[in-house]
Parts: sequence; C-alpha cells; structure tokens
Amino acid sequence: MNQPASLPLVDALLQSPLPASGIGWLDTARQENRAAFAASGLPDTRVEAWKYTALRALSQRRFVNGDAAAQTREVDATALALPGVDGPRLVFVNGQFRADLSSVDALPNGLTLQPLSQALQVDAEPLRFALSRYYREAGDAFARINAASAVDGVVLRVAANAKIVSPVQLVFFGASADAAAAGHPAPAAIAHPYASDLAWHARNIIELGEHAELSLVEQHIGSGEPSQLATLVSDIELREGAVLHYTVVQNVSSATSLIRRSNVRLHARSQAILHVLELGGALVRHDLQAELIGDDAQLDTRGVFMPHGRQHIDTQLAIRHQALNTRSSSNWRGVASDRASGVFRGAMVVAPGADGSDASLSNKNLLLSPNAEIDTKPELEIYADEVKAAHGATVGQLDERSLFYLRSRGIPLNDARALLTTAFCRAVLDDLPNEALREHLSELLIAQLPKT
Amino acid sequence: MSMLNIENLHARVEGKEILKGLNLTVNAGEVHAIMGPNGAGKSTLGNVLSGREGYEVTAGSVTYNGIDLLALAPEARAAAGVFLAFQYPVEISGVNNTYFLRAAFNAQRKVRGDKELDSMQFLKLVREKLKVMQISDELLHRAVNEGFSGGEKKRNEIFQMAVLEPQLAILDETDSGLDIDALKQVAQGVNTLRSPERAFLMITHYQRLLDYVVPDFVHVLADGRIVESGDKSLALKLEAEGYAGIAESHPAGAAA
Repeated sequence: MNQPASLPLVDALLQSPLPASGIGWLDTARQENRAAFAASGLPDTRVEAWKYTALRALSQRRFVNGDAAAQTREVDATALALPGVDGPRLVFVNGQFRADLSSVDALPNGLTLQPLSQALQVDAEPLRFALSRYYREAGDAFARINAASAVDGVVLRVAANAKIVSPVQLVFFGASADAAAAGHPAPAAIAHPYASDLAWHARNIIELGEHAELSLVEQHIGSGEPSQLATLVSDIELREGAVLHYTVVQNVSSATSLIRRSNVRLHARSQAILHVLELGGALVRHDLQAELIGDDAQLDTRGVFMPHGRQHIDTQLAIRHQALNTRSSSNWRGVASDRASGVFRGAMVVAPGADGSDASLSNKNLLLSPNAEIDTKPELEIYADEVKAAHGATVGQLDERSLFYLRSRGIPLNDARALLTTAFCRAVLDDLPNEALREHLSELLIAQLPKT
Repeated sequence: MSMLNIENLHARVEGKEILKGLNLTVNAGEVHAIMGPNGAGKSTLGNVLSGREGYEVTAGSVTYNGIDLLALAPEARAAAGVFLAFQYPVEISGVNNTYFLRAAFNAQRKVRGDKELDSMQFLKLVREKLKVMQISDELLHRAVNEGFSGGEKKRNEIFQMAVLEPQLAILDETDSGLDIDALKQVAQGVNTLRSPERAFLMITHYQRLLDYVVPDFVHVLADGRIVESGDKSLALKLEAEGYAGIAESHPAGAAA
C-alpha cells in the first residue's frame, strides 16, 4: 500500500481527540471519517476537482482542531447586522453556537431552528442519515475531517406549507485565538506553539417541507486577522413544491482558509434561488452539488467572486438533472485583481430519463491586473432527449471603448474602472429580491475594488 | 486669445499617418464645420482632441485656452470644458444613464472647485435640460445607450452636452444615420446651446446638418489637412460639386 507522505496539516488535525458524543452511530461515523482522512490525506492537483487549487502551502500549516475557548471569544454584536435581514439569527463563533449573540426567541410558526449541539442532545435519531455519511471520493478530504470533527452547526426545518418571510440569518464568525474576552483567560489546552491558528468545522442540516418557503442568509465574517482553517458542510433538502431563497455573503479575514460544501436535493416542483458573494479569505473553496431529483424542479444560481491581493477563490458547481422537465440556470461573474486567482467549474449533467430538461450556465470573468488569473471550465454531459442546454465562459479585460467614453465625460480613470466593474458584477445580483440586502452586497463589492 | 489653436498637427493611427499638418483656429462663440471625404481624417481630429488612446501625435500643437491640450488626460480635458459627441456612442450595460451623467457632472465640478450636486438637485437640473432639449425622460431610467436606437443615442449625446455645458463641443458626425425629424431635433438642441462663450466644431460628411445649424466657417479636410476654408456657401458648393473637385485641386502629398 502506498502511504501518503506525512503532512503537517493532517498530523496536526489528527492530534486532537475526537469529540465524544455518547451516541454510538455518531462516534462510529466520526471514527470512520477520521480514519479515511488519515489514510488518504489531502488531494493533490492530479485529482481533477482540485486541479487548479493547490493545497501544498496549506498542507504545511498546523492548526489546533477545535476551539476550546469559543464560548468566550469577544465578538462585536453590531458587526453581525445585515441590512434587510431581520429574522431569527444563529451565531457560531469558531464553529460553536453562541446563545448570547443569537436571537431565536419567538420563532414564526412552522420554523424549527436549533444548534446541532442541542439537537443531538434532544433527539439525535433524525440526524442519523445525514451525520453517518461516509465520503468516498479522493477529493473529499475536507468533508471527511468535517464529518469527524464538527460539533455544531444549524438544524433548520420548515414545516410543510409554512412560509417564513423574514430572512433567517446564519452567522459563522471567525475570532482570533488571542482575542479571548477579558476575565476569561484562554485555557491551558490551547497554550500550544501554534495556539493562534485554529481549525474549526461546522455542519448544517436544512430541510424544507412540502410547499414550504424560506429566506435564508448565510454570512461568513471575522474580526482581526485570525489565521484559521474552517470547513462547513451543509445538507439542504427541498421537499415537493418548496421554495428556498438563499444568499451567501462571504467576507472572512484575509488569513482564513474556508472550505464549504453544499449538497442540495430538489424534489418535484421545488425551487432554489441562490445568490453568492465571495469576497474574503486566503484560500476559499465552495463545492455546490445539486441534484434535481423531482420532475419540474428548478435551480437558479447567481454568484460573484472577487479575489484580490493573493487570494484564491474556487467555486465548483455540479448540477445533476435527474427528472423530467427540470431546469437550472447559473450565472456567475469573477473579477480578479493584483496577484489573485479564481477558479470556476460548472459541471451540468442531464441524466438518462431527464427528458425535457433545460440547463444553462454562464461564467464571465474580468482580469484587472496582468498578474491575476482565472481558470473557468464549463462542462455539459447530456444523456437524455429533448434537452435544452447552453453554456459559455469568457475571460477578458474592461472594455477600452467604454472606459474612454466615461473618461471623455470627465470621470477619472479609476472611477471609470470601478463603475464598469461594479456594473459587471451587479448584473448577476440584480434579481435578488431583497433590495436592502442587494444594495449592501453592492457596497461590499465596491469596497473591494482596487483603489489605484 | 483664441479658444482653440491647432498648429501643424500630425497624428498617426496604427502606424499610419492620418493628419498631415492640420491648422485651425476657433474663437469663442463660433461654429465651425469640418467637411471632407471618407478617410480624410475628420474623426481622427475629434479623437485626438478628446484624448483617445491609440492616436499618436507626431508633430504640431493644440492649445486650448492657453494650455497644452494634448498633455491632458481625457477626463482633464472634459473638466476643462472639451466635449466630444461620439459618432458611435458606446452602450454600457448596467450603468444607469442618470447615475453616469451625475458622476461625470460632479467629477468635472470637483476639478473646477465647484460644489457637487446631490441626486435631488441634479435631477432638478436634468429635468430642466430635458424640457429645453425636448427629450423624453424615459432615457434617464435606462442603462447608458443600451438598446437605444441610433437617433436616441445621438440625442443622448446632445443631452449630455446640455447638462455638462462644455466650452468647446466637438460633434463627430452627429448627423449620420439620423432621419430628418431626428436631425432637426439634434440641430435644435445644438442651436439652443449656441452662445458667445461656447464654440462648436461640427465634423460632418454631408451638408444637410448645416441647413439647420448654420456655421460661421466651413473647412474642407482632405488627406489630413485643411485644404479650403470659407463661409457656409462653401458647403453648398461642395454639395453641388462633390469632394472630387477639391481632391483634384489639392492632390495628395502636395506641400501644405
């Protein structure tokens, strides 16, 4: 047997003991996933899904797995507010639920919202299917370590026919290890040579019942410059006729590596509308794996990724049409500046029998610097009949004619660039129905534009 | 002092010499028409004056209100009062027309040390201009030139000119592609803006715009130089005789 070379990252993550749950099947699942992680290590760029995202630098880093002081980290609660988002809020600091920062009182009828840590104590059995999964692919290293290590996250259920109008907000907050609240000295356990570098993992389980509706906003932020590795795995199930409006705002600190994976299953006539803004992080990866398993299911994804500095942001969509007359549309824009890099892979599969499906994907990218790079790869596989499919991808620079037109009217070059870049990005976020949130996203992306 | 003084201007595009020693003087309050056959260098002149990239000035000078215009970036020329109405206005999707125009208006005011207008004040100004220009306010709500008809694009150029109130307006074939009603409307817009402080340089291939905007001077541009100047009767002569006669009397390569 070939044993993978020992990697500091893998060794460090395996040093900490597994969290003990006292639940037999969960402990077994954690052990199995941990063993798989230990055996296979990290994927290298020969693994197709990781071709453009090298983990070499990350693999040399050491992180303490889990934050023993998560409950006492100082967090400025005012930083959590998002315009247009005024529903219940769950806040996780370094992967752990913080009741003091959350507001889950007076939930609307039909909405169940619990931290995973509590849900496991109350009744673990409904979570068994999701949490006892064993990840098989070579590229699944982070899902494995997440399955082995995650102790918290959200368990969200919307009852059949319930309409949850006010957006539910999930906040994943990365706090520096050296920013423990006054009077709460950091426990000795993290007095470690690499004490400031934490790894944490969170796990979400979300289900919308038949004909239920939900607006959900997932926010990734942090304070200070914590050097962290964070993973988040989310399972999202939409029962027949359910509708989900889902917005992700990712603006973590520039020293954080964030690896997310979302598995979305869409039953008949259900609909998911996803808007994503990826701004922060050092190495950022998002895998969205969507399965349209019921007839007439619909998925719309919209997203903007804007790596700058030396950031690397990788988005991987895998959309499977598995039922009749399913429809998916994906419209993504990338803007890379400085020495940053972006990756976009949009793979659509129309499975045998998914006749009448309609799959479209577009990814347009702007390079604002000669040293920036974006690799884009649309893929389409069709095994069914009467399918409508379209995909396209471009990488280019700002249009010189447009720049000159704006400048000829008196708009300085930098402002003209910002105006055109913002317009380029807004084009895919404009159909976000929450106007206040949409304007906020716009401001965030303007703030990230190069200043010179 | 004249507003614009062009002396012995030579300019190249993609290595090819287009302007070959052009001389022109424009004073405040004057309307000059530049006419000439295709390829004579008419649009190159407009682009060089407004600072478009790719136009290399190899000799000569352009002095505008006593300063070296060619040393200024395009946005600085605009702030100094130079405006180019484009032959082919650019469609900019995702940028609202009013937002764009206010950004331009305020950027110019900032350079000049004037107070910037907020969106309410600006909207008031824009509505007044629309009324004068007889333009529908529907154009305000759309993206810059996006989906505009040819006539709407040209009207939008004149409307921008009315809002920005330049000292020197260069109209590059603003009449081309317009039907007679649109042409009259554009001409009326220009006439409204004529004033003793403002000068116009109208670049045109055809004489018909000059029926509606009567120029003080008409110049014939051929092979990169002004080969003949006169009053509005020169335009009528050109209309009757065509550019062929001019070309014959001023053969290519003849010394300026």
